[in-house]
Amino acid sequence: MLCNIQVTVNGRSYASAVEPRLLLVHYLRDVLGLTGTHIGCDTSQCGACTVLLNGKAVKSCTVFAVQADGGIILTVEGLAKDGKLHPVQEGFWEEHGLQCGFCTPGMIMASYALLQRNPNPTEAEIRHALEGNLCRCTGYQNIVRAVQWASRQMAETQPTPAPRRRAGRRSR
Amino acid sequence: MVCAPFTYHRPSSLRQAIALLQRLGEEAKVLAGGQSLIPVMKMRLAQPQHLIDLGGIQGLSYIREARGAVRIGALTTHAEVEASDLLKRRLPVLAETASLIGDMQVRNRGTIGGSVAHADPAADYPATLLALDARFKVVGPEGTRTVPASQFFPGPFTAALKPGEVVTEVQVPLPPQGSGASYQKFANKASRFAVVGVCAFISLNARGTIRSARLGVTGAADHPFRATAAEEALQGARPEERVFQRASRLVTQGVECVADVHGSAEYRAWLCQVLARRALETALARARGG
Repeated sequence: MLCNIQVTVNGRSYASAVEPRLLLVHYLRDVLGLTGTHIGCDTSQCGACTVLLNGKAVKSCTVFAVQADGGIILTVEGLAKDGKLHPVQEGFWEEHGLQCGFCTPGMIMASYALLQRNPNPTEAEIRHALEGNLCRCTGYQNIVRAVQWASRQMAETQPTPAPRRRAGRRSR
Repeated sequence: MVCAPFTYHRPSSLRQAIALLQRLGEEAKVLAGGQSLIPVMKMRLAQPQHLIDLGGIQGLSYIREARGAVRIGALTTHAEVEASDLLKRRLPVLAETASLIGDMQVRNRGTIGGSVAHADPAADYPATLLALDARFKVVGPEGTRTVPASQFFPGPFTAALKPGEVVTEVQVPLPPQGSGASYQKFANKASRFAVVGVCAFISLNARGTIRSARLGVTGAADHPFRATAAEEALQGARPEERVFQRASRLVTQGVECVADVHGSAEYRAWLCQVLARRALETALARARGG
């Protein structure tokens, strides 16, 4: 039995008939061809499949596509605008936040979700928010720096009205 | 991994959901956030013929204070509990416990009702809900009833639900002045489930002795439990190190600790003792600090 779903992915609307057991990650990759979202562990641990569903970071290997019906989804393909990388993406580049890159789409989406909610997180807050994302290359140090880089960059490009906590930060 | 095929139902009311559950019986499972159910379905440890998704039902996601208790709708996510200003003010230990569940992505989907109904013996919420003397509102074909946490977790992955019943609300009584609580967990690094987790609740009377104390334990046995022997040792006593040490040693009295790849039964019993003492000390400091 197929179910009809309608979702908005990276600003584009899609209508599909899917099997109820189809996972969101398989829908994104196999039906829509958006292979930027990776499948790592497939057991809800590694976070490589992280996307935003209605503004919240979720593991798309642990959501059925039918549960996303009517939802708004953002994947790593939706971050760059007009050929310019998002500051979170740039941060991973600038701070060497990856080696093999397999976990990177999930790391970037989890980091993006954090910075939407908390534009200037402490190191502890960054590590807490990224607990659900495993990286076997970097030892996480550079990933934390990448998020801090993005946080500073975003504060510069979109100045927020209230003064942000800046104590303890290295100057650029 | 691909789940076995199933028929998907998305009722728009609780009444419809219960009618479906009644009609489909054992072949149906209820889906809330899916953070426990979907993984076991992917491994085909569960192969329900029908999935009844509560996600289309409005009005089951809220955190509010009424009639001396904080009431949390069953579909409230762990992330919402973690971030709740009301809970941080009135029952901070519950927000603290939620913040330790799984990871951000899991907390964004997983729900309090789903977690307690799933009754994983290593889940975090049961320890804290036992220590806070919570009650669960349950709706089924025969109407509504409330079940105390102390009777809700009879065995592993078993909640005290009758066929056709759904958890709709978690009710946590507001503690009196001079109370404090703390949840201490030793987590499995990969899954972040508790190898052992202990929540201690202490309420002091005006003279500074312990009016009442409750200890909820998860991960140690095949179901979460109240450490009643330890609670009795604390009742009426002066809150001092000697008393806490004695009570901590009583946490596993009459309890058969489980052994698995993450730890032996002896190790879990030791963790119970250590974590209980830490939880009691922190709870006491909070009870004194207001």
